[in-house]
Amino acid sequence: MRYRILAGAAAAAVAILVGACGSSGGSSGGGSSNAPGVTATSITFGTHQPLTGPAAPGYSEIAPAAQAFFNYVNAHGGVYGRKIHLLIKDDAYNPTDTVNVVHQLVLQDNVFGIFDGLGTPTHTKVVGFLNSEKVPDLFVASGCPCWDNGTTQPETFGWLPNYTIEGKILGQYIKQHFAGKKVGVLYQDDDFGQGGLAGIEDEVPAADIVSKQPYQSGTMTLAPQISAIKSSGATVLVDFTVPIYTAVGQLTSFKLGYKPQLVISNVGIDPTTVGKLLATVSKGKASGTGLIEGAITDGYIPSPTDNSNPWIKLFQKIRAQYDSNTPMDGNVEFGMASAYTLVQALKAAGKNLTRQAVVNAVDTAGASWKGPGLVPYRYSKTDHGGFDGVEMGKISGGKIVLFGSPMTTSPTKSSPITPYTGGQPAPPASGIPSN
Amino acid sequence: MRAAARFTLLRSLGLIVFTGLILFLVTETVSDYRNSQVATGAYFFAVLAGLTMLAGVGGRISLGHGAFMAVGAYTALLLIGKENWALAPAVAAAAAAAAVVGLPVGLATTRLQGPYLAGATLAFAIGLPALGDKFSGLFGGENGLAVNPPTPPSWLGSNFSLFRWEAWIACLGALIVLFVLYNLVHSWLGRSLRAARDDAIAASLCGLGVGRLQTTAFVVSAACAGLGGALLGAVVQQLATPSAFGITLSLYLLAGVVVGGLGSLGGAIWGAALLVLLPNWSNDLANSFSLSTNVRNNLPLAIYGAALIGLMLVWPGGIQGGLGALRRAIFARLRGRRRASAALPATEAASDQIATDRPV
Repeated sequence: MRYRILAGAAAAAVAILVGACGSSGGSSGGGSSNAPGVTATSITFGTHQPLTGPAAPGYSEIAPAAQAFFNYVNAHGGVYGRKIHLLIKDDAYNPTDTVNVVHQLVLQDNVFGIFDGLGTPTHTKVVGFLNSEKVPDLFVASGCPCWDNGTTQPETFGWLPNYTIEGKILGQYIKQHFAGKKVGVLYQDDDFGQGGLAGIEDEVPAADIVSKQPYQSGTMTLAPQISAIKSSGATVLVDFTVPIYTAVGQLTSFKLGYKPQLVISNVGIDPTTVGKLLATVSKGKASGTGLIEGAITDGYIPSPTDNSNPWIKLFQKIRAQYDSNTPMDGNVEFGMASAYTLVQALKAAGKNLTRQAVVNAVDTAGASWKGPGLVPYRYSKTDHGGFDGVEMGKISGGKIVLFGSPMTTSPTKSSPITPYTGGQPAPPASGIPSN
Repeated sequence: MRAAARFTLLRSLGLIVFTGLILFLVTETVSDYRNSQVATGAYFFAVLAGLTMLAGVGGRISLGHGAFMAVGAYTALLLIGKENWALAPAVAAAAAAAAVVGLPVGLATTRLQGPYLAGATLAFAIGLPALGDKFSGLFGGENGLAVNPPTPPSWLGSNFSLFRWEAWIACLGALIVLFVLYNLVHSWLGRSLRAARDDAIAASLCGLGVGRLQTTAFVVSAACAGLGGALLGAVVQQLATPSAFGITLSLYLLAGVVVGGLGSLGGAIWGAALLVLLPNWSNDLANSFSLSTNVRNNLPLAIYGAALIGLMLVWPGGIQGGLGALRRAIFARLRGRRRASAALPATEAASDQIATDRPV
């Protein structure tokens, strides 16, 4: 027995030592910059994404779409002659895996920074590590208000509009257009749903909100929640749901014969994804987007199906060339649009790329960058939130049609909501940001 | 009898010192990333060692050990985060909490066998993490809990690597588990458990309380899983969320125990090393081909599964069993040659053979 354990321990130790020697030779060097992950000809970023597991449908398209945009930039000379590489690691939306793969990316693969790390329960567990190691943590793919703090988390930057901002602007629309109607809210019981609900409550009079129903991510049914909202007499139903629960909620409403006016968060509305999920959950009985037709929603980048928009035309062109197996939808657009912002940040950081330079660039110049966004970014030294507002939209003919002027606000309670009139610039002819 | 017990104690102490020395040398030489892997392997070892004792020595399967890790992790994080406990008592309390939860589960499953036992523990693994969502005020819902990493003491110097410190703490926990289980397995409890495993009726005719024995084994292995979970939660990863302790974790744990070598603590070391390294290797292998996104995303899991199946086909006794067979074959050949050349009695090799043939 003893020999066996000893042999086992010794062999495991040898295996680890051999592995360590193998990896220690891989330090990157050369080039005009000595930052990790940067050479004269390349910049390497890493990301953690749910490529497998329950969160994978839809979300697994994001990183390959970002990679496609980088490939396009690389084919046109890269950024200051450096080609952008993205190491995509699967965390299956499991926080322990997120910690493991981010350790691997930073400590072993020596990435320059983390880009587009997806999810709130996942990414919150690596923010401390990334900030203590001073690794740029750019454009987290989640609208949690927890990224907005430049003082305590100088390396971490959000990108999506904060969920409370989105909730406030949806709430204002409800207050103005469905005045006096009874409102029910279905929300995911985490930072996403709670943040959105806080925004709604900030705008809609408390007396009008007749039912607030949370659900836990992972639940199999929404029947209790939808029944409660129906019996409360609400004629407006607000959904702060991820796509799968938008689909489950709509099927449940349909079965119960409940037909409220829908108001659905941008997070859970992508018609392509929801349409597919409706077909799956109903085992083929429902298909297409009939159940969400007429729903009020919002957007902070153009609708992915708006083929007249020059940004969508650009992304379509790049998708056809570098990511042709995936159809154009909200996830693909999201990946490319956030990749565009990363290229802006790298350009602004200058030729002598360092980790501090890129953080400084977003801090000082980020608020002025124009891109596929319909509203400006909130970036400053202290505020690391992403877009500062959304534009209202409606599902019409199975597509998101945005209308009105974009609205901007801050997550602070009862801060004013103001229209943004700066307009959306056309993309540069080359498709590559010149800032 | 007492002399034999003391001998076991001495041997286990020697084992701990030797293993500790190797681990110290390893953590001194390797990079931060490898140290984080050592720490991960150490908490896996704590869980696998308890599970291998339950499954290999006790003959009782459990698909619920991921849930006991959750109990340990949440207990440690609540005590540290909300009650400001120090790390060591919090980890000890986490192991105790998992043992307390393990007692009713162990009692309730005593009468179950085979697939019914697997099903009952599986239900436990699926059900328990949902409590994190249900009582989101206390457990933080889907987002779970987080704590600050443990800070290395100042006498180690201000530049002492956090990852080496985490590896040290996790390895210390693993060594404690190794010490306790080694002594338990070589005590009356281990012998009685083996007797009950091999023939429950004969064992009870000899006066052994089979149900009580198996419950004891279940509680001890739950405590080990709680300790491992606390190391994961409070030291290595600093988190506890429902999704971190899903059903796949429990299945991976059982796979690690079986592939490492059921019933041997050495097998638990192999199993832990495999759980840490194999996902990375399968990922790197999958990424070395240029494949379409959908295939590439799912290939690592397929490679992982294929590797486990392949190992079991080649070495049904797990890595530990396979290596033992390999070594015996080499010794047998050496002995044969020695006999042929000098006709010397091969006492040394023969006595070693007896020593290694002892179960566990």
